[in-house]
Amino acid sequence: MALSHLASSSPSRSANLLKPLSSVISLRRPISTDTTPITVETSVPFTAHQCEAPSRTVQTNAKELATFFRDMVVMRRMEIAADSLYKAKLIRGFCHLYDGQEAVAVGMEAALTKKDCIITSYRDHCTFVARGGTLLEVFAELMGRQAGCSKGKGGSMHFYKKDSNFYGGHGIVGAQVPLGCGLAFAQKYCKDEAVTFALYGDGAANQGQLFEALNISALWDLPAILVCENNHYGMGTAEWRAAKSPAYYKRGDYAPGLKVDGMDALAVKQACAFAKEHALKNGPIILEMDTYRYHGHSMSDPGSTYRTRDEITGVRQERDPIERIRKLILSHDLSTDKELKDIEKEVRKEVDDAIAQAKENPVPEPSELFSDVYAKGLGVESFGADRKEKNSHGRHLDNTRDDPSGEVIIGLCFHNPLPA
Amino acid sequence: MAAIFQGVGAAAPLSSSPSNSFDSNKSVFSPPRSFSVVRSDGIVNLNPKGRSAQRLISNAVATKADSPAASSSSKPGHELLLFEALQEGLEEEMERDPRVCVMGEDVGHYGGSYKVTKGLAKRFGDLRVLDTPIAENSFTGMGIGAAMTGLRPVIEGMNMGFLLLAFNQISNNCGMLHYTSGGQFTIPVVIRGPGGVGRQLGAEHSQRLESYFQSIPGIQMVACSTPYNAKGLMKAAIRSENPVILFEHVLLYNLKERIPDEDYICNLEEAEMVRPGEHVTILTYSRMRYHVMQAAKTLVNKGYDPEVIDIRSLKPFDLHTIGNSVKKTHRVLIVEECMRTGGIGASLTAAITENFNDYLDAPIMCLSSQDVPTPYAGTLEEVTVVQPAQIVTAVEQLCQ
Repeated sequence: MALSHLASSSPSRSANLLKPLSSVISLRRPISTDTTPITVETSVPFTAHQCEAPSRTVQTNAKELATFFRDMVVMRRMEIAADSLYKAKLIRGFCHLYDGQEAVAVGMEAALTKKDCIITSYRDHCTFVARGGTLLEVFAELMGRQAGCSKGKGGSMHFYKKDSNFYGGHGIVGAQVPLGCGLAFAQKYCKDEAVTFALYGDGAANQGQLFEALNISALWDLPAILVCENNHYGMGTAEWRAAKSPAYYKRGDYAPGLKVDGMDALAVKQACAFAKEHALKNGPIILEMDTYRYHGHSMSDPGSTYRTRDEITGVRQERDPIERIRKLILSHDLSTDKELKDIEKEVRKEVDDAIAQAKENPVPEPSELFSDVYAKGLGVESFGADRKEKNSHGRHLDNTRDDPSGEVIIGLCFHNPLPA
Repeated sequence: MAAIFQGVGAAAPLSSSPSNSFDSNKSVFSPPRSFSVVRSDGIVNLNPKGRSAQRLISNAVATKADSPAASSSSKPGHELLLFEALQEGLEEEMERDPRVCVMGEDVGHYGGSYKVTKGLAKRFGDLRVLDTPIAENSFTGMGIGAAMTGLRPVIEGMNMGFLLLAFNQISNNCGMLHYTSGGQFTIPVVIRGPGGVGRQLGAEHSQRLESYFQSIPGIQMVACSTPYNAKGLMKAAIRSENPVILFEHVLLYNLKERIPDEDYICNLEEAEMVRPGEHVTILTYSRMRYHVMQAAKTLVNKGYDPEVIDIRSLKPFDLHTIGNSVKKTHRVLIVEECMRTGGIGASLTAAITENFNDYLDAPIMCLSSQDVPTPYAGTLEEVTVVQPAQIVTAVEQLCQ
């Protein structure tokens, strides 16, 4: 039993190491540290456009599979919990859930380093966690609290983590792809030897700015990888009703593309590693991840008016990413069913703890309304663009010291009275 | 008429009279109220604290304190045209900071459609001066994405009007990412380009976007009007950590002025006192400054003493300078080139009324362009924008 506890490395686990070892002596090495290579075949072969597809055979090991399993369980649990929180009106506004698509996030992360950049759309909770974000940051941001990754000012669609090169988190469909190509440009400019993965959906694939950005990236040889997370529905519109040609991996025309089973984390990992190598040498490439979301587009969409429940349960039964890894682990005898269930229980508790902590967290201070609108920079501003900034004496930073009604002038260039 | 005024109002900042003694009856224009000369040591000081520790000379009009008479002999400066001043500022900043790059249509090999980027591609190469395809939405987005990592792109819209295609990127990503990321990312871009009514360029090429962009939170907007402030504002905008939109004007590129040799920047949030006066405050920016100064000549002959302020900073307004002027003259006339509805003048009227209503002896008058697409025919186009005669009439009305 203690062996499964070793699978996680978070600090709270250290207490569990004091528990007695299982009395059953197992000849299995602990799953978490076992790096003996295991060879697995992907579910389906890759389909390639203008390039040679990578092999179906993927190298992995017990440690990686355990990480995949645990990470995806965390993501799944987190999204389900967010669903409940939304229904309890603790999360407001828009909430786009990623459950079903977890394999894309974990597979991609396994193929990259933190020097590589990832940018995605509003369905960003799990990608944020894959990049190293904590559950507390997620739930606090969703509930608009100070401990949120964007201090509560961004919300569900604006998760960012600069120190792990996660660039968000964008609400406008498709607008993140030019941003992503800009990240790739900066990587080339600074000779980083790293790549950018710009994720978008099948709905966004019809945006013109995508083709513009791809053209520029191909012209300038940028290390940009455009990843279409094709979950087959752009909100309520099925892909066959929105796209004349739903072969999104071919849309690059001159840019090579690869179609990947996005529910198979190992296939995703293989494809991303292939794409990274390709992009560093030859410029942009498109990956199409064939994936599926169990929830509707967002919490206000039941997700059943444009597709059948049978379809959803069918995918869940046959292609669920977590079940695939579970079967792999069990069939290779890397762990027992009970141990995996224990991990799930543990994760559930972890998520519940994070939610409890986030609920206790305070809402942002009123002064936060005006902070981070502008950055402090030049040092030669006479007022600073953000005139609501107070200096250390509690006076506003502007030139009205000679003016007895100095307070009146401040902030009224924004035409709003200051909060009381 | 719609002539380009060579140097009218664009007074040499190195005038020989010291800044604190001017005769308001003569057309002597005092130098800009205050600006900073930052010693450039050619090294990029990436520590902002370090930057402000550089010696800032607050009144560096080269008039030494001990010799008020002999000023211009020490630093004669050099004469150039406005577009050359922009180019000089851009080149100096690109040399000073390797993170500065330029992207836009025809900025590289062609040298820029208005020659602002002439020679830069040859000097800095294709990776720093980037010719983009005609894809404003995406290359603006790419510039913003690059800025998120720390690069400092200068994005050119060949004509400001084309940037409407990139409105989403400018509004949502450029303006808001600093806020929505909780302060994690800064977007130090400069978005620049010529706008304004030109010479019969037609409706789509005569747009004034300052009114459309002014509500976007998180951006700063400045408008240059002389070679001196063009170079100063360009440099300040590039050095700023915030996104800055620099509005240039198609008809002002060939203005000539003598500017200092030494390194200087212009404060991004400050207005420029063009002509101090007593009777009425005239607030203007960009090309209308010259129409105002031409009207001022007539007004002075008629016995009026207008105070002319080039507001320069369109967002945020320099309410300090403006307020002090209103308190002195009690009458305000705004002369602008953007349209009446929802324009800069409309916001400025509201700001002044809210803050300084007690100081006003008369309602604020705002002269703006007509709310029409700019016609092609020359005679019609002339009537679209504010002409000096209208300014004279307005002042006479105000001062009754």
